[in-house]
Amino acid sequence: MSEKKNVLRVENATMQFGGVVAVDNLNLEVNEGEIVSLIGPNGAGKTTAFNVITGVYAPTNGQVWFDGECIVENYPQGKMKKLYKGQHAGEYTHVKEPTPDEITALGMARTFQNIRLWKSMTVFENVLIAKHMRRTSNMFSATFRGNHKEEAAQRQEVEELLELVGLSDVKDELATSLPYGKQRRLEIARALATHPKLLLLDEPAAGMNPQETLELTSFIGQIRKQFDITILLIEHHMDLVMDISDRIYVLDFGKLIASGVPAEIQNNERVIDAYLGVTDDAED
Amino acid sequence: MLKQKKDNRSSYIILACAIGALLLVLLLENLNLILPSVPAVLLPTSQLFTVLKKAAVYSLVAVSMNLLNGFTGLFSLGQAGFMLLGAYTYAILMVPAAAKDQVYYLYGGAALNNSLQDILNGVFGSTGVGGTVSLILSVLIAMILGGLVAALFAWLIGLPVLRLKSDYLAIATLGFAEILRAIFQWQKLGPITNGANMIKSFPTYSDFNIRAGGKVVCYLSTFVPFLVAIICIIIMVLLVNSTYGRAFKAIRDDEVAAEAMGINLAKHKMLSFVTSSFFAGVGGVLFAMYVANAQAKVYTTTMTYEILLIVVIGGIGSISGSIIATFAYVACSEWWLRFLDAETYIGSFKVPLLRNGFRMVVFSIIIMIVVLFFRKGLLGDKELPEAIRRWKASAKVRKERKAQKAQKEAATK
Repeated sequence: MSEKKNVLRVENATMQFGGVVAVDNLNLEVNEGEIVSLIGPNGAGKTTAFNVITGVYAPTNGQVWFDGECIVENYPQGKMKKLYKGQHAGEYTHVKEPTPDEITALGMARTFQNIRLWKSMTVFENVLIAKHMRRTSNMFSATFRGNHKEEAAQRQEVEELLELVGLSDVKDELATSLPYGKQRRLEIARALATHPKLLLLDEPAAGMNPQETLELTSFIGQIRKQFDITILLIEHHMDLVMDISDRIYVLDFGKLIASGVPAEIQNNERVIDAYLGVTDDAED
Repeated sequence: MLKQKKDNRSSYIILACAIGALLLVLLLENLNLILPSVPAVLLPTSQLFTVLKKAAVYSLVAVSMNLLNGFTGLFSLGQAGFMLLGAYTYAILMVPAAAKDQVYYLYGGAALNNSLQDILNGVFGSTGVGGTVSLILSVLIAMILGGLVAALFAWLIGLPVLRLKSDYLAIATLGFAEILRAIFQWQKLGPITNGANMIKSFPTYSDFNIRAGGKVVCYLSTFVPFLVAIICIIIMVLLVNSTYGRAFKAIRDDEVAAEAMGINLAKHKMLSFVTSSFFAGVGGVLFAMYVANAQAKVYTTTMTYEILLIVVIGGIGSISGSIIATFAYVACSEWWLRFLDAETYIGSFKVPLLRNGFRMVVFSIIIMIVVLFFRKGLLGDKELPEAIRRWKASAKVRKERKAQKAQKEAATK
């Protein structure tokens, strides 16, 4: 593992809301080119972990490293000092709380558990807006069309991206009029438009039927190859997870209970007890 | 590529409409000079031109409010406050030195000795072409300064209040506008703001009429507000269709997703707020020129609500909707419904109900009906061409359905 470059590293991250510890001392690594899954029962803190990584929440304690750089760091202060129940207290002394847009600008893009497309806009516009972040124009030059070259280039790129993800035939339709599976695909395309190194997918197969899940599995494999990116995903569909993951992390009650390659996870006693159960899933 | 072409075409259409509107106004205004006799409605004193002037001013303010409320999803009610800032900036800078003592008589003269125009008159001369240049230039500078003052205050107030959401933001901005109104009426500021009294005697639209030998040879008093309003609205249209406008819309649709896609919320909300306030400030300047005075007590919350009403009727998120609604609203409230206020006799029969104030009753009912039947405003969040296209398409579907039904009925017979 060490020969590969580290893209994302979460170090001793604890997220505590009042007295509730949602994520407890999470350590997680994602290397370049990998597909890593984060699984666990409902309420285990998977989405919270995502929100910590993407800057929606500042962790109570701990660090997040991206591309060899510490991007998020925090330690318990004020009232939280007394309340803090996690480990590694006092190890971190700096505060770095970038907003989500700053983190996205570093090269990390995400999708959401419940689809969050811009409802009043077309498929094309949804992807085009994600290009806004990489603009070089200011408001004046954009208003008076001083940026028409950049604008044209952006539109061209969006066309190509939509072609790649297979949405170019519906590009002028309203985003919300698409079938569910395509909306998911669009959300991924929108995230890709920000040129991320790391793509975070929060339950991309939620609410999909087996056929759509199968398509999604191949789609994720395809974008990894084409865009040469690293993927971290949360998922409940075990077929999908076992199929595409290089490594898996398992969370339960905020704590990491296991990590490893899919085969290891499938045979891990604790994971079976906590999450997988003794159904067909563990056998395939 | 195709999309780009379509965009180009629509911008030509907008430009053509704007120039067409300007020429039409110019023609209407000057018809009484060209033709030997015109109907009363086209005389310079006609209500028509009052309505046109006021509607031009209000449409600019309505579009600026729509930029914030409709396109960025920030529900702000500070529009009258920003108009006040623009109006007072213009008024304070433009009262000529000769009229200062008369305007500021309660305070024994003004704090500023000269007006912008006086200064420029010194450069270009006060008569002939030089006078015209200095008039236009000074009005233009004062207008831009009015907008900038409003924008500056928007930036200051925006730092704390833009963290608030929906109703809370509305209440904070409303409060800000009320505070401004109180401050501008403060006696201690009298030498600058003239306290609770109005500032007047500054250049208004009628100063732009071209005169020769004491007679007007070309009326421009309606043309000028139209020109300014149209230029400002076109700038806002361009902004809304630019990459920044798309980011504003993304914030309106889903803030969380916008932030996750790299749009800096604080920065973009501030940009939208400041831009909107700038144009509201310019609108305030236009309004001061329209009423020929600046008086703080005019810029009440009622004025903001009036503009909000226009935006809602036109459709939140539709610029053309705002413009159409403004003209309809102003024409109804100032002109078309006037007859309801006058006691009328048909022969010896006195028409019941018609008396002073009845106009507003009917007007309110009309507004309620409009809001009931067009729940998303006249145009929803679509622009006019799109709305017409949709309306045509649905009319076609209806017609086809009707034809099918008729066919079925014929078959069963």
